[in-house]
Amino acid sequence: MSVMAQPIPQGTIVSRVGRRAQDWIPAVVVFGLGIAAWQWLIPDVFHVQRFLLPRFSAVMSTFWHERGTLWSAGWFTFKEAVAGFALGCSVALAIAVVLSRWKRVGGAFMPYAIAANAIPIIAFAPITNAWFGLLSPWSKIVIAAVLCFFPVLVNALRGLTSVDPESLELMRSYAASERAVYRRVRIPTSLPFVFTALKVASVLAMIGAVVGDYFGGSTRSLGVQVQSSVSLSQFETAWAAILVASILGIAFYTAIAVVERFALAWHPSTRGASE
Amino acid sequence: MSANDAVVSIRRLSKAFGGGRVTALQDISLEVARGEFVSLIGPSGCGKSTLLRIVGDIIEPTSGEVTVNGKTARRARLDRDYGIVFQSPVLYDWRTVAKNISLPLEMLGWDRARRTARIKEMVELVELESFEGHHPWQLSGGMQQRVSIARALSFEPALLLMDEPFGALDEMTRERLNLELLRIWSETGSTVVFVTHSISEAVFLSTRVVVLSARPGRIAGIVPVDLAQPRTAATREDPRFFELVTDVRERLHAGGADEVLEEATLE
Repeated sequence: MSVMAQPIPQGTIVSRVGRRAQDWIPAVVVFGLGIAAWQWLIPDVFHVQRFLLPRFSAVMSTFWHERGTLWSAGWFTFKEAVAGFALGCSVALAIAVVLSRWKRVGGAFMPYAIAANAIPIIAFAPITNAWFGLLSPWSKIVIAAVLCFFPVLVNALRGLTSVDPESLELMRSYAASERAVYRRVRIPTSLPFVFTALKVASVLAMIGAVVGDYFGGSTRSLGVQVQSSVSLSQFETAWAAILVASILGIAFYTAIAVVERFALAWHPSTRGASE
Repeated sequence: MSANDAVVSIRRLSKAFGGGRVTALQDISLEVARGEFVSLIGPSGCGKSTLLRIVGDIIEPTSGEVTVNGKTARRARLDRDYGIVFQSPVLYDWRTVAKNISLPLEMLGWDRARRTARIKEMVELVELESFEGHHPWQLSGGMQQRVSIARALSFEPALLLMDEPFGALDEMTRERLNLELLRIWSETGSTVVFVTHSISEAVFLSTRVVVLSARPGRIAGIVPVDLAQPRTAATREDPRFFELVTDVRERLHAGGADEVLEEATLE
């Protein structure tokens, strides 16, 4: 094992970065045009009112001046989202292992899991407020967890059971224990499925936490900030709070994507097999 | 062939599927001696792969018995007496070539130093020295199948079971790997049971060719292959090679291969 994995040749670092920069140019141009339209075109040419969409510079100015309040509210809600994500995903993964291990049980539950995946679970947010208390972070954590639960369960189960039969026959010929089959075959096979679900879940967790706040929550939370700003006609603050939520949501998603890249370093898509 | 020299001993074996409605194998009796290379050949659906899987205790027979080295097939499997190579290489993408070969050694609890030494030997055996760190998807189909063979032989199993291992490869690669397999077989002295639907491959590789009839699979004939060892590319041009190919073909046809082929065409 002295020979290290040979990366697919991709040219030097400089040429790679150069090519990347070129690839990015159209996206950067669109971003710039979007901001310019927000700043000038929409208010000055289309005369869109401030309460519908405040000017970009006004939102950015509020975003800067109220950064203390906004980020502490953002952090408060982000913690709810992360806690809900951790709870929902870990329970889903554990149940997926159980359902894949005992197929009859899996067969009994799977149709409901798939059906539940199509339910607008966010509609339960007021109910969880009633169950766990309006001001308790648990009402938001639970709604975020339930949102994360079903996609992760369905995908993990699909991943754990999409092992080809010859793979299992091979493990059988080694007299492998069920545990070894999971460790060496089923779990690695399921990882690409699981990470796809975790990325979706990271977005859902953030939605769950913010929308959970809308139905009532601590004044320190981001959702309540957005709501109260709107009711006080502080539209710039509401938009700045939405910006904070977006930044945190993107950061969460990116963090999962980075973990995926390391965990699936072997995967053809990660290693650029298509080149 | 004395009885205690038999690695595989199959007695009056039958296999039915679907609660007895479809008889896949009927009354098969066969012995495979140590160091033999036996091919199972027959028309599609004759149960040759099923027979291989029963020998390997992947599926169970309906009646009859299989012993491997004097043990039940199940005991032999639990003792890790089988190395299996399938038509698809069944390599794990998340493992490098070296790690794929190492898989059975890990299951057997070998320590790292012993595994590393064996991986090196096996990689040399299948001539993949500079590819140890590659992932399977970076290799060609033929190379992947060589890794699969190396993995199957890494723990020196008593019996190598091969289920159409070269069936998915092009003709050139297939002929090269046939020669390579014979070299490995003579170097390791393994006992091989090999399933194929290629008559020339069966004759070229084997010490004996077992011809199975169309469903229900029965032994339609056994052709001992008396071609000189070691076999080379020139063996394929030997007049005796053609005689044996003709012999196997006639037995296949007598066993009802034509009917199955017609059936397949009608579908």
